[in-house]
Amino acid sequence: MKICLFHLMPYGALDLNYTEKYSSAWMSLPNSYYDPKEGHKLYNRYLDELEYGDELGFDVLCVNEHHQTAYGLMAVPGVLAGALARRTKRAKIAVLGRALPLINNPLNVAEEYAILDNITGGRLIAGFVRGIGAEYHITGANPAKSHERFHEAHDLILRAWTEIGPFDHQGKHFQFQYVNLWPRPFQQPHPEIWIPSQGSTETIEWAAHPDRKYTYLQTFSAVDVVKRFHNEVKQAAERYGYEASPDQLGWALPIYVAETDEIARKEAAAHIEAFFNKFLRMPTEMLLPPGYTSVQSIKRLRAIRRGTTSDKPPSCDDFMERGMFICGSAETVRETLAHHRQDIGFNVLVGMMQFGTLPADLTRKSMTMFAEKVMPYLRGQKVASPAA
Amino acid sequence: MRGGDGPPVLFLHGAGGAGAWLPFMERLAENHRVTVPDHPGYGNSGTPDWLDDLTDLAFFYLDFLEAEGLSDVHLVGGSLGGWIAAEMAIRDSSRLASLTLVAAAGIHVDGVPKGDLFLWTPEERIHNLFHDQALAEARLAVEPTDEEADIGLKNEFTTAKLAWSPRFYNPQLRKWIHRITLPTLIVWGDDDRIFPAEYAAAWHELIPGSKVAVIPDCGHLPHVEKADAFLDNFNRFIAEIRS
Repeated sequence: MKICLFHLMPYGALDLNYTEKYSSAWMSLPNSYYDPKEGHKLYNRYLDELEYGDELGFDVLCVNEHHQTAYGLMAVPGVLAGALARRTKRAKIAVLGRALPLINNPLNVAEEYAILDNITGGRLIAGFVRGIGAEYHITGANPAKSHERFHEAHDLILRAWTEIGPFDHQGKHFQFQYVNLWPRPFQQPHPEIWIPSQGSTETIEWAAHPDRKYTYLQTFSAVDVVKRFHNEVKQAAERYGYEASPDQLGWALPIYVAETDEIARKEAAAHIEAFFNKFLRMPTEMLLPPGYTSVQSIKRLRAIRRGTTSDKPPSCDDFMERGMFICGSAETVRETLAHHRQDIGFNVLVGMMQFGTLPADLTRKSMTMFAEKVMPYLRGQKVASPAA
Repeated sequence: MRGGDGPPVLFLHGAGGAGAWLPFMERLAENHRVTVPDHPGYGNSGTPDWLDDLTDLAFFYLDFLEAEGLSDVHLVGGSLGGWIAAEMAIRDSSRLASLTLVAAAGIHVDGVPKGDLFLWTPEERIHNLFHDQALAEARLAVEPTDEEADIGLKNEFTTAKLAWSPRFYNPQLRKWIHRITLPTLIVWGDDDRIFPAEYAAAWHELIPGSKVAVIPDCGHLPHVEKADAFLDNFNRFIAEIRS
């Protein structure tokens, strides 16, 4: 099993009472809420946590990309990945951005990833995403052209990595007279590719295509949703005439480990509630701009959101019950994870060990216990190949 | 939708779609041949592969006028439809007799904040369309059918494709507006929360000789909210052209 350490680098010093005045920690929350002195401390602390993950034996350190939000401060993930590239020697580094439709020159991403791959001697995992709804408001990228731009940018990046230049690209959204990438990627033909997603049918079909067989990473979802979308990957692979490998199935979720279930719940509750209810808070119009996904998908997603809206925000217990958050003693956490893994068949586990306002000492304690008492057990676990 | 007989009127609807045959259309049809198409990508029209941006619709409707053999057309456009009308008029006005821009999108005026249709909730959107909130409440009280809800989503999808960024305008349009030499009427509500009434003055300045009617106690849809005042202004404008 690939065990990965994920960081969002949230603005943990956020005044959580912002919700009295603003509807979201995204785009509309004034940046007067950001204190650069706190930011300086947080960036360095978070990088320390990722470096500590390398020492602890995580297989992959994951950075991320979000824009104009307290939810995650990694607007330019290559900077953070670059900092890790030189300070770590063992773990792979995954950039679980870059939001291709938002970018006007996809070759910048091809270059950024190729540089990281060269510095690390082939430790880069290349993520490609479409970006979250609010980011279409922020960048002006047209949500109704998101899929088209994503596919064209992806195809161009792959060509730039694998074809000898110069060649030209005359596409619908991007046109370049001269494409001739320096540096070429260290890994040949190109770095491994992961596709983080909230679960869109179009994305699943595309990622599972035999030409790609990319790792599909379901992010921050209830466990039954993870299972449903992982099954869709397996079914898509079957339709394409092959069996999906467990390495094509990934799950990203917050995890917290402490001495006992009770201590874990007590220590994590306020911070996980802040994560889901304050940092991730977004009105539907921000999250799902028209055209971002098909009319049918938008209807389904809006209905789900309407169904889950209640006056009282969900609690830590609710998140644990839905399997959106795994929290407890090392024994509870490893058994829960082992059970889901056996049931669903994923082989890529992406643990977000810091979430919301979780402070440094608790983050490190949980990471250490996870590495010492959960990780070895998961590595030893035998899993039958997944059935669709 | 079509109705009536007389000099031709082509009405181009806004981002919300053509909807039903409205009272102002019925009254226009008393002495005009009125055509109200669903734009490609809206309502019951198909979404063609060639539809990438708003100027595609301008060329589409110029072709439409030619295909229908229409001439001396009174072109009327509301909001996004007004933007299409202006893009048509700068390209080719040979089949047009007049231009009426109703709360038209298409230009940007520095320092005049616009409403953001894409960020409002469906309820806020309806409230912000009208000055008279009783009208907004009445519209909100009617639950859309599944079919209407689907068409609403389809209309939003196409509107995003055409008007997401820059929001509801074309930075290139302004420099060619001087090509509009048609008799032009600009109609606005004084309480338009999407494109504030300052936009009427900006259009007026860009189109020399244009007439402006700012209707009091009126929101973004003068032809709906104040149909009488809209029709009075329109009929007077047409009568002046004829005389």
